Amino acid sequence: MVKWYPTEDFKKIKTKEEQKPTRIRGAITPGQVLILLAGKHQGKRVVFIKQLESGLLLVTGPYKLNGVALKRIPQAYTIPTSTKLDISGLDTSDITDAFFAKEKKKAAKSEEQFFVAKPSKKEVPEFKKAAQKKLDGSIASAIKDPLVKKYLSTKFRLRNGMFPHLLKF
Amino acid sequence: MVINMVKSLDRLYSRAVFLGYRRGITLQNENQSLLRVEGVKTKEDAKWYIGKRVAYVYRAHTAQTKKNKQTKYRSIQGKVIAAHGTNGVVRARFSHNLPSQAIGKLVRVMLYPNRPAIAN
Repeated sequence: MVKWYPTEDFKKIKTKEEQKPTRIRGAITPGQVLILLAGKHQGKRVVFIKQLESGLLLVTGPYKLNGVALKRIPQAYTIPTSTKLDISGLDTSDITDAFFAKEKKKAAKSEEQFFVAKPSKKEVPEFKKAAQKKLDGSIASAIKDPLVKKYLSTKFRLRNGMFPHLLKF
Repeated sequence: MVINMVKSLDRLYSRAVFLGYRRGITLQNENQSLLRVEGVKTKEDAKWYIGKRVAYVYRAHTAQTKKNKQTKYRSIQGKVIAAHGTNGVVRARFSHNLPSQAIGKLVRVMLYPNRPAIAN
């Protein structure tokens, strides 16, 4: 049999679906303590604040307890624990992906500028420090149990006899 | 990657042993490695590790140090692709196939990417 062709050629119009942010797995709620699995802060227990528009999770140490500042991490690099803090009263609307945008470096236009010694240490901008202080202050007041403070300052490590597939986080 | 002196207190990966390549009696496929992860005894347990990244870490000598002083760390990255059999052995695929001298040696199975079930 001869294949059936339409009398007029027409192209199928594909409507592109809007990209949705990554789904949150493991029922993580704001205020939950997560364990970071990779990077400089691996093993540290941090507080989950919210999911940003890019899909990354916004977390903070708090900085005073374990040296983790406001940070974005992909969900795949965290393990959620059962410890939850109550941070419902927190105002986090001003922290978005734009907060973490890199400062635009001015390209060295002339040879002299190229050879001028560049400052070796990167300074944390003031608005980041201020946002950090404000957020950490509210979180610190939400922590009633002194053990939770110790919990957040200690690192998670695997020891002999601890097997991840059997652990209940 | 930071290598600390006190290794037992600093582990954020599961220990695994490289058993050999996937093979039948006479023919082996070096593209897939078999790993026995510590503490994993059944196929159900092994399923937790599917997708997790794996690293074979080994040392080499630098241009400055002699062959007996191996201070430079190198790694071959890979990931766990499937369970192998019913006793918890796991198959892994590396960016470059593991060298055969790694058989019997330690391979690290990281805890990431961690993808818990989507709760509804």
